[in-house]
Amino acid sequence: MEIARHWRARATRYRLEGQRHRHSGVVRFPPQPPALGEEPDVWEPAPLSGRGELYSFSVLRQPPAGYESFGIYAVGMVRLEEGPLVTAQLTDCAEEDLAIGMPVEMVTRRLADTGEDGVLVYGYKFRPGLR
Amino acid sequence: MMKPIRPVGLVGYGAYVPRYRIAAREIARMWTDGQGGVPVEAKSVPGPDEDVITMAIEAGRNALARAALPAERLSAVWVGSESHPYSVKPSGTVVAEALGASHWISAADWEFACKAGSEALTASMALVGSGMADYAMAIGADTAQGRPGDALEYTASAGAGALLVGPAEEAVATIDATVSYVSDTPDFYRRADRPYPVHGNRFTGEPAYFHQIMSAARRLLDELGRSPTDFTYAVFHQPNTKFPQTVAKRLGFSEAQIAPGLLSPRIGNPYSGAALVGLCAILDVARPGDTIFVTTYGSGAGSDAYALTVTGRLPACRERAPLTAAYLEREVFVDYATYARWRGKLVLG
Repeated sequence: MEIARHWRARATRYRLEGQRHRHSGVVRFPPQPPALGEEPDVWEPAPLSGRGELYSFSVLRQPPAGYESFGIYAVGMVRLEEGPLVTAQLTDCAEEDLAIGMPVEMVTRRLADTGEDGVLVYGYKFRPGLR
Repeated sequence: MMKPIRPVGLVGYGAYVPRYRIAAREIARMWTDGQGGVPVEAKSVPGPDEDVITMAIEAGRNALARAALPAERLSAVWVGSESHPYSVKPSGTVVAEALGASHWISAADWEFACKAGSEALTASMALVGSGMADYAMAIGADTAQGRPGDALEYTASAGAGALLVGPAEEAVATIDATVSYVSDTPDFYRRADRPYPVHGNRFTGEPAYFHQIMSAARRLLDELGRSPTDFTYAVFHQPNTKFPQTVAKRLGFSEAQIAPGLLSPRIGNPYSGAALVGLCAILDVARPGDTIFVTTYGSGAGSDAYALTVTGRLPACRERAPLTAAYLEREVFVDYATYARWRGKLVLG
């Protein structure tokens, strides 16, 4: 059950693949099934640049179960260049490195380790822009 | 000397080095009260969410960006490492999926201690050079482990180099020829299911590192009819600062030739990534017409030597991805306790 859930999300998580509306050009993330009454394939897969601005952030001082190994870490809302607002963990940064409006970029990192006999889960995070 | 039927080269390249460092003096503080010499100034440390797969993805993305090549054009994604996150389950498939490659590729993991990445490079030359494919991605990446207090702990580090092999006419640097030399030499090994490798102390020098590198390098120079002074730059596997400096001198290369690619003093030894990241740093500064001599080394043992020539295509593609220097400059130092926690050296009840 757990494996299937992670496997289905791999394109979305590994490379931040969203969807573009074939007629309006609107981009959305994460991908969703078409709404009732919509053409089945009106939303096509759209690779996103991974570049954006930090819209807001918060620092977790009591990480949830499974994330203890990260210690204190930040999560952020990122306004992507293409428009969607994405919530993700922030990495390669300390709290004092962060400021609302700063450029950030997507990196693919380990999201979780589901145990010695479990799978490693990878997915998008954001870090302060390297360049 | 091996040369493909169809001329090949690097159409893209990309490095990755984690943000974190630990000073060798900090490790010495733990085990020798700070006394004695240290083999490097500092080594790179992977962050708590980094491993071979994540580092290979970023290096691979940089290589694709420089080549301006859609990932769907790849025919192979090969990852060489001695620290693949899984014992059974290829890193290559995860990396390929993250890069956006098609499903119609060869994806495999290569293993040969510190030259697993160059094994993938030689295989990529063959795949493209035979005409079986147009583009193959060879990546060397490691998050190397050293037993606490062991000499290796001062240098075993993390990094990745990705080399995108394609037709010579599209290359930023052509690969003119290669040589591979191997021998059964037990200088360094890790048995299955053991967490830390074992090394043969002084045995890792003359019969291992120096013999393999000198054999491969001299053979390639002889068969090309060229001498070390014919090359603009050279890079050797760099397990510490002294070994690559010594082998370069013995072969007849100068300090200036190896300087841009000698990164071990700052980042330690990222194993399969060591010579490849050094090559990326050289490509970051090389000019059209420059020649580069590369010799990798893997314990067990063997060396691959390559001769490259930079083309006029390099300057235009260089800035399409972060330079190696950008990764080197963002260093953030951590203390031994943080390093121990991130590297799984603390046993939690």
